[in-house]
Amino acid sequence: MRRYWSVVLYPLGLLPAVWLVLQGQNGDLGADPVNVFERSLGLWAFRFLLICLALAPIQRLIGFNLLRFRRLTGLLAFFYAVLHLAAYVVLDLQFDVRIFWRDLTHRPFIILGMVALAFLLPLALTSNRFSMKRLKRSWKRLHRFVYGAAVLAGIHFFLSFKTLNGTSALYLSLLALVLLARAPMIWSGFRRKGARQP
Amino acid sequence: MAIFRYPRPASSDITPKDVYLSRREMLGAGALSLTAALAGTASADALKTHPGPYSGGLAPTPEEFVTGYNNFYEFGMEKDDPVSHSGDFHPLPWTLEISGMVKKPQRLDVGALLKSSDIEERIYRMRCVEAWSMVIPWDGIPLAKLLQAAEPESGAKYVAFESVVRPSEMPGQSSAFSGISWPYVEGLRLDEAMNPLTLLAVGIYGESLPNQNGAPIRLVVPWKYGFKGIKSIQRIRLLDRQPPTTWNRLAPSEYGFYANVNPQVDHPRWSQASERVIGSKTLFGTKRQPTLMFNGYGEQVADLYRGMNLHDNF
Repeated sequence: MRRYWSVVLYPLGLLPAVWLVLQGQNGDLGADPVNVFERSLGLWAFRFLLICLALAPIQRLIGFNLLRFRRLTGLLAFFYAVLHLAAYVVLDLQFDVRIFWRDLTHRPFIILGMVALAFLLPLALTSNRFSMKRLKRSWKRLHRFVYGAAVLAGIHFFLSFKTLNGTSALYLSLLALVLLARAPMIWSGFRRKGARQP
Repeated sequence: MAIFRYPRPASSDITPKDVYLSRREMLGAGALSLTAALAGTASADALKTHPGPYSGGLAPTPEEFVTGYNNFYEFGMEKDDPVSHSGDFHPLPWTLEISGMVKKPQRLDVGALLKSSDIEERIYRMRCVEAWSMVIPWDGIPLAKLLQAAEPESGAKYVAFESVVRPSEMPGQSSAFSGISWPYVEGLRLDEAMNPLTLLAVGIYGESLPNQNGAPIRLVVPWKYGFKGIKSIQRIRLLDRQPPTTWNRLAPSEYGFYANVNPQVDHPRWSQASERVIGSKTLFGTKRQPTLMFNGYGEQVADLYRGMNLHDNF
């Protein structure tokens, strides 16, 4: 069953990226297309991350099995985050290594985004059946990194605007809502871990 | 430079301004903003402008970018908000007041200024603090001219500028989000204000300013980041102490009073060493170029800051 979903949903998830590239080449992204492009990719990464985290709470609410989409949405979030970084380095900075290095060493705004991406990397690499079998219980613990990634990405997103505005207020509220809805899960996860200790 | 100009109708065909203004008032509050936007277009007057100094060798950015990509939070926070949400703004009639520490306070009729033949064209680089840039052909008069007419007192050291508050015409002013307390305010040191580069612009591309670009009169300080160029100015006051400025109040660690373009002093969140050049609409055609010290106007302004630590006074 999962396989059939994937055939449709992975290409569907890639559509925003394709659409943005086409718009960019047609001159439909406005006067500063690079800026719109890189911001939109980042926003899509954040959206998929939010959807991924919302699946379990929503499933409890409506009873429909949504957990099978966690890998899909998580991988899409990672994919868009990588494109977001690539757009920044290639199209915006145009490979200016000096600026990029200063960003990485001096600017919390950029560092937070990079650390969020670094948190997602091992999760993306282990988002397959083989790794799940191999890592057993540690897989679950490893994948708790997703909370770190979400919180850091949220701060990074907030800092990408000059002031608080409608868009950032909306997405940060959604993040807070999702984390709140998951609070019981997060709590029990950590308690179980604590109980196992001698 | 080829700029398309509409054929000018005979003056007998032009509806007198007061008639057309009163007609617009009759449209009432329920009028579609489209109607207002069309009326706004109709009021873009050709100016009697002549080439001024300091414009050498710069090719202006295509007009559609300059009038379609603006930071003007009074009309909204997105770059296309000003062009789409400024149709209800009525820039005329307009009085610009110059007061404070001056011997001869002035009340300037901006409508009359628009018809004056003192207006000169200045093609300047415009560097936004967000690391993008344009080249804009402004039409205006040097601020120094107006300040001299007002005769600053010897104790005056700073110039404070104040924009307009009209929430009914400026939807961004009733938004709960920006955190900006209106009116937008800016300031310059008096010697900066008197520098021959500093311009009060009333037009771009040979026509009166569109609403989204700061109609009817705005400040242009080409060696400083764009946010210093306060728009729709109502009041100019001369003071003996440094006035508060809007962005500095909002985020003092990110936006200083001076805000001189300086590739060596980074914004805390991004580099100011280079800039995206606005003017290519395609994703892969966008250029990036090095940012110049004082935006390339060092010859005219570097002396103003001799001996000052520009890292501390950013």
